[in-house]
Amino acid sequence: MMRYRPTPLLLTLALVAAATIAARAWRPETGPLSVAPQGAPPQQSEIVLSLNGERGAKPRYAVPDFIVLTPDAETAEAAHLMGAVLWDDLAFEREFYMVPRDTYRSVPAAASMQSIPFSRWRELGADGLVMGSVQKTGPQSFRVEVRLFDIRSGRSVMAKQYDGSTANPRLYAHTAADEIHQQQRALRGAARTKLTFSSDRDGDRISGAVVERAVKEIYISDYDGANQRRVTVTRALNLYPTWSPDGRTIAYSSWRTGFPDLYLSLIYQGTLERPTGGQYQNWLSAWSPDGRRLCFTSTRDGNSELYVMDRDGSNLRRLTMNPAIDTTPTWSPSGTQIAFVSDRGGTPQIYIVDVEGLNLRKLTSESYCDRPTWSPAPFNEIAYESRTGSGYDIKVFDLVSNAVRQLTFGEGSNESPSFAPNGRHLAFSSTRGGKRQIFTIGRDGQGLKQVTSAGNNQTPDWSR
Amino acid sequence: MTSRLIRCSVLMVAVSVLASGACAKKKPPVARPMAPAAVPAPAVDVVPMPPPAPAPLTVTEPPVAPPPRVIDDPLASRNIDDLNKETPLQPVFYDYDRAELTQAARTALDTNAGILRKYPTWVITVEGHCDERGTAEYNSALGERRAAAARAYLVSLGIAADRLHIVSYGKEFPFDPAHNEAAWARNRRAHFVITAK
Repeated sequence: MMRYRPTPLLLTLALVAAATIAARAWRPETGPLSVAPQGAPPQQSEIVLSLNGERGAKPRYAVPDFIVLTPDAETAEAAHLMGAVLWDDLAFEREFYMVPRDTYRSVPAAASMQSIPFSRWRELGADGLVMGSVQKTGPQSFRVEVRLFDIRSGRSVMAKQYDGSTANPRLYAHTAADEIHQQQRALRGAARTKLTFSSDRDGDRISGAVVERAVKEIYISDYDGANQRRVTVTRALNLYPTWSPDGRTIAYSSWRTGFPDLYLSLIYQGTLERPTGGQYQNWLSAWSPDGRRLCFTSTRDGNSELYVMDRDGSNLRRLTMNPAIDTTPTWSPSGTQIAFVSDRGGTPQIYIVDVEGLNLRKLTSESYCDRPTWSPAPFNEIAYESRTGSGYDIKVFDLVSNAVRQLTFGEGSNESPSFAPNGRHLAFSSTRGGKRQIFTIGRDGQGLKQVTSAGNNQTPDWSR
Repeated sequence: MTSRLIRCSVLMVAVSVLASGACAKKKPPVARPMAPAAVPAPAVDVVPMPPPAPAPLTVTEPPVAPPPRVIDDPLASRNIDDLNKETPLQPVFYDYDRAELTQAARTALDTNAGILRKYPTWVITVEGHCDERGTAEYNSALGERRAAAARAYLVSLGIAADRLHIVSYGKEFPFDPAHNEAAWARNRRAHFVITAK
């Protein structure tokens, strides 16, 4: 394993990312607002009031701008941003009907949590109101309070207070959204997850090349495309980034030395590791669910085969033995099986094999399939790209029913699906708008959102 | 005895290269992008050596070999970047989703092998490329397979394996960015880059 000195950019990145938020459940002195009874054991016996919609319909939520408690422009801007982001975050999971924000003008803005005009919100047809407040408590610190009110009773069913940096106001909204989904729907939201992908947006060219060749660097962004940041500065081809399960390392394939090899970028430390040591061609790695191992493609024995190793490069083991191409692995959530692509039957198709290399079976028999991505539990399905006409579409193979459903339908070419950690969404790349961009879509094919717009962007991976 | 034999065979090889070079010169289809207009002597290395110099000459003419190697050889005197911009090594093209060498591919590789024999210090990288119709992931492996096929053929022609590196760029670096059959055909290729000389 080789270690490198941190680059200034990575250090900056680490510092920005370190500006996380200290959050705690806040129980105000006024008893009725408290969510859980005092002294209650965690989890199980906690009493949670969940909001319901009319006659089984989805509850209707309104999220106005947060209340500005300190009269400065930064706080006002953050208060607006947090409201907008929180609305988007709640809309993303489609668990609630989100009352459009442009209809809120008829409701007078509240000056404090105690003066919310519930009757006016009720007139808008809202069941729940998410109200927040922002207070600047220091040159670079915010105190943010978020409450969820049952509009019919005017009672707060959730109250949270966060103290943290002013660097990233969106993170307060993301955190509150995840807590609301967790408390109201027992759902792990995606609001604080991230994407990583490869992009040529910088327009840099590989020097000395025979023909013009665009540099592709690794980027990260929030799940909604905000805070896009570059991770690599190699002026080379970098592809197939993938998050370690703990979200602290990105493994990717880089051609920076003239051939592909695996690099692990510890993004918060700003260090780089090369577990495969740069001797052979290695690319397209996938983390085991426990983050301890990587499966990857290598030609060290003559042709493309799959190998498994510990993340430090030790305990290398060959998984496939076939003169055909074997590549593009993905682990089952339990870590006991690996799905991959092989053209041993003539065309690229998806196969599944035990991690020990036994019990091989063929999953697909279509014209051309690639990039299997195993869903997280509780779903048990594999998303992949399948040739349909001149391009590719995203399909999902349900391993329980053996049914295949299609998520995209020929809008450009759609490739490289990756599941969100809750299994409810996928990120993929598409040429539907001309250049290749990253999109997210629900596992039911609904709720398409464009994440990137600069340059071409490809091979996304969603953090765990 | 053995050293003489080796010298003898080296000379034979040199002569056969010259001879094939002379033959190649007569054939119009051989691509010659490497000879820019400014270069004074189009004759370069081949012309001073008329073809009728077979075996008998070998023993008595040791000075024959050196001249073509160094003196005013435009290829030998140019730096690597310039060489790669107008590479003397021909690209090899492949059928759709295939890595097998066609007859045309073998012919191009035969020519490339001749050049590599002539410049024995050159180290090259064979880049495998694919057209945009495959997926990024599978093409990364397919390009590798294509480069490996070209390399294996060059090795079978006697080029030392350690002079031939390979790499796949999948569909990431198309030679022709257009989206049509002609562009795809140009993009399914092995491209040769000189990395040391």
